[in-house]
Amino acid sequence: MSTAVADLHPAPAESRVNYLNATYGIRSWLLTLDHKRIGLLYLGSITLMFFVGGLAAVLMRLHLTEPQGALFEPETYNKLFSTHGLIMVFFFLVPSIPATLGNFLIPLMIGARDVAFPRLNLMSWYIFITGAGMGLYATLSGGVDTGWTLYPPYSSIYSHTNVILMALGVFTAGFSSILTGLNFVVTIHKMRAPGMTWFRLPLFIWGMYSTSLIFILGTPVIAITLFLLGMERILHVGIFDPAIGGDPLLFQHLFWFYSHPAVYIMILPGMGVVSELITAFSRKKIFGYAFVAFSSLSIAVISFVVWGHHMFVTGQSIYAGLVFSVLSFLVAIPSAVKVFNWTATLYKGSISYEAPMLYALGFIGLFTIGGLTGLFLASLATDVHLNGTYFVVAHFHYVMVGGAVMAFMGGLHFWWPKITGRLYPDLWARIAAAIIFIGFNLTFFPQFMMGYLGMPRRYAMYPGEFQVLNVMSSAGASILGVGYVIPLIYLIWSMRYGPPAGPNPWGAKGLEWTIPSPPPTENFEKIPIVTEDAYNYPSGVQSV
Amino acid sequence: MSDLAHSAHPQGFAHQFEEIDQQRDAGRLGMWAFLVTEILFFGGMFTAYIIYRLKHLPSFIEGSHQLKVVFGAANTAVLIVSSLTMALAIRSAQTGRKKGTTIFWLVFTWLLGAAFIGIKLHFEWWPDWHEGLVPRFHWFYNGPHAPGVLMFMVFYFCMTGLHAVHMVVGLGILTVLIIMTARNRFSAEYYSPLEISGLYWHFVDIVWIFLFPLLYLIGGRYPGS
Repeated sequence: MSTAVADLHPAPAESRVNYLNATYGIRSWLLTLDHKRIGLLYLGSITLMFFVGGLAAVLMRLHLTEPQGALFEPETYNKLFSTHGLIMVFFFLVPSIPATLGNFLIPLMIGARDVAFPRLNLMSWYIFITGAGMGLYATLSGGVDTGWTLYPPYSSIYSHTNVILMALGVFTAGFSSILTGLNFVVTIHKMRAPGMTWFRLPLFIWGMYSTSLIFILGTPVIAITLFLLGMERILHVGIFDPAIGGDPLLFQHLFWFYSHPAVYIMILPGMGVVSELITAFSRKKIFGYAFVAFSSLSIAVISFVVWGHHMFVTGQSIYAGLVFSVLSFLVAIPSAVKVFNWTATLYKGSISYEAPMLYALGFIGLFTIGGLTGLFLASLATDVHLNGTYFVVAHFHYVMVGGAVMAFMGGLHFWWPKITGRLYPDLWARIAAAIIFIGFNLTFFPQFMMGYLGMPRRYAMYPGEFQVLNVMSSAGASILGVGYVIPLIYLIWSMRYGPPAGPNPWGAKGLEWTIPSPPPTENFEKIPIVTEDAYNYPSGVQSV
Repeated sequence: MSDLAHSAHPQGFAHQFEEIDQQRDAGRLGMWAFLVTEILFFGGMFTAYIIYRLKHLPSFIEGSHQLKVVFGAANTAVLIVSSLTMALAIRSAQTGRKKGTTIFWLVFTWLLGAAFIGIKLHFEWWPDWHEGLVPRFHWFYNGPHAPGVLMFMVFYFCMTGLHAVHMVVGLGILTVLIIMTARNRFSAEYYSPLEISGLYWHFVDIVWIFLFPLLYLIGGRYPGS
C-alpha cells in the first residue's frame, strides 16, 4: 500500500545498474535491442511529431479567430489542416501508446525479458522514423492540401503538392505498425511467464493484443490503397478516376476499411491504460474482468465491419447504409460495457486523485461524450445533416484527444517513475491535467455547436455569426497548448532533478511494479511465477 | 545475442527466450502472422481488380488476351517445382542430412526462382513493351476497348510487379540461407530460419497460383466460351 512506500527505500537510482546507465553513448541507443530503450526512442520521435502537428493546429485556430481568416491564404489553410491530420493520425496517435508504453510495458507486465523479436522491434523504429521523416519533409517542402483522408480526385488530378511523398511516408510508417503488431501478438502468445494465464493478464495487455490484431489485419489494406493512389499519380492513369472507368468510391471503401479500425488502434490502448489507472487509484479489483477483456476484442472485430458509416452521403446503396448504421451502433455496446465497468470499479473504492487518475477520470467523461456523439453520426438521418460539419470534427477530437491523448498522458504519468526512476512534481502534474481538461473542452465543445448549426469543416473562412464560437474554440486551443507544454517541461526536469521513485511509488499491483525503477536491462533477475489474478488489491470492500 | 547465450543452449538461441521450443514456436507464429498481413496486402489489390473486372468485363477480357499465356503457364510450373525443392531442402535439414544436400536443394530453389523472374522479364514484359502495352511509358495499343485495357494493364503490372518484388526478396532470403547452411548454422535441432523462410516461399507461390487464373485464364480463352 502507499504508506509502505517508505520502507522500500531505494538506493539512489545512479548507484544500481539499470537499462538507462548500463551503457552510454549514441551508438548504444541507436543500436539497442532493449524494448525499454526502443520505447523511449519512439517516445522522443512521436513527441516531436505531436508538437509539429500541434503547431499546425494552433496556426489554424489563430487563423479562424476572424470570419475572413486572420493569417493565411485559403490554400495555406488547406495545407495546415491536411498536415495537422496526417501527422497527428499516422505519426503520433497510431504509434503513440502501442509503440511507447506498449513497447516498454508488455514484456514487463507479462514477465518476459524482451519482446519476441528484438531486432525486428528496432527495425520497426527505423522504418517509422523513415516514414515520419518523409512526412516531415513533405510538410516542410510545401505541404499537401488533400485533407488527411487523401481522397481522389483531391489527391490526384487536383493537387500539385507533395502527395506522393506524404503517401509514401504514411505507407512506410504503416509497415512499422504491422511489424510492431506482429511482434506484440507473438510476444503475448509465447512469452508469458509461468502462471501468467490469459485471464491473469493486465487489461492493458488485452487492449494491446486487440490493437495489434488491427495493426496486422488493417494496415496492409491502407498500404495497398496508397500504393494504387501513387500509381495513379505516377502513371497518370486514373485508377480512381471515372474518366476511364475508375471509381473514386473504391478508394474511400479501401481507405476506411483501414482507417475506421485505426480509430480503435488509437482508443483501445487508451482503454487498456485507463483500466490500469482506475484499479490502481481506487485500490480495487476491476469490476467484471472478463467483460472488459472481451469488450476489447469485440471492439476490434466489429471495427472491421463499420467502415461504410463514413460514406452515408456518398451515394453508396441505401441498404448498405442501413447495415453499416446498425453495425456501427453495435460498437457502442462493448464501449459502454467498459465505461460502466470502470464506474462500477470506482464504486466504494479508496479513490485518490493523483495526476494519472485525473487523466483517467477525464478520459471516462470525455470518451463518453465522444462515444455518444458518434451515435448521432451513425444514424443515417442525422448524419445527412451533420456530415462534413464541425460536429464531426468535435466528435472525433473527443475520442482521439479527449480519449486517446488523455489516456496517453495518464499512462505516461503513471509509468514515468518506472521509466525514469524519478518522481515528477505532483502539484504541477495535477495543475497541467486540469488545464488540459479545461482547454480541451473549451476548444471542442463549441465545435459541436458550430457543426450542429451547420458550419462546414475545412473552410478557411466562415459567416460572421459563428465568430463567437470560433473565438471560444481558439482561446481553448491556446489553453490546451499551454497544458501540453507544462508536462514537457517538468517531465524533462524530473529526469535529472526528480526525487528517486522507488520500485512502486503508487503501491500498484502488476509485475512491472515488483522490479526496481528503472528496471535492469534483463527486466527480471529470475522469471517470476505468477500465482494471483490481476489487480489483487487487498481492498476491504469487495464489489457488490 | 551470443554473449548472453548459455553454453548449454544450442546454436542460434536468443537470450529473450527461456527454451528453444519457445523460440521456434515464436518464429513460426510470427511468420504466420506476417503472412496474414500479406494476404490482406494482396487482398486489397485483388478486391480492386475483381470489382473493376466486373464493371468492365469486355475490356478486361480483351486485356487478358494480350497476355502471354504459354509463358505464364510455364512460370506456374516453375514455381510449383520450386515449392517442392524448398520443402526438400527443409526436410534435408530436419532429418540431419549432410549440409551439401540441403545446399543443393536451396540452390535448386534459387535457380527456379531466378528462372521465373527471367521468363517474366524476357518472354512477357519485354514483348509487352514492344507491343506498346506498358501504360504511360510505352502505350500505343488501340483495340476496341483501349481505355479499359489500359486499366487492365495497370493492374496486371501492379499485381505481377508486386509479386515479382516478393520473389526477389525470396531470392535474397535463399541466398542468406545458403550461406548460413554452408557455415553449419543449422542442425536437426535448429533449422527454424529454413522452416519459416519456406512458409514465405510457399506463400509467394500461392499468390501466383491465384494471379495466374485471374489475369490469364478466366474470360474466354477456352474454345466455345
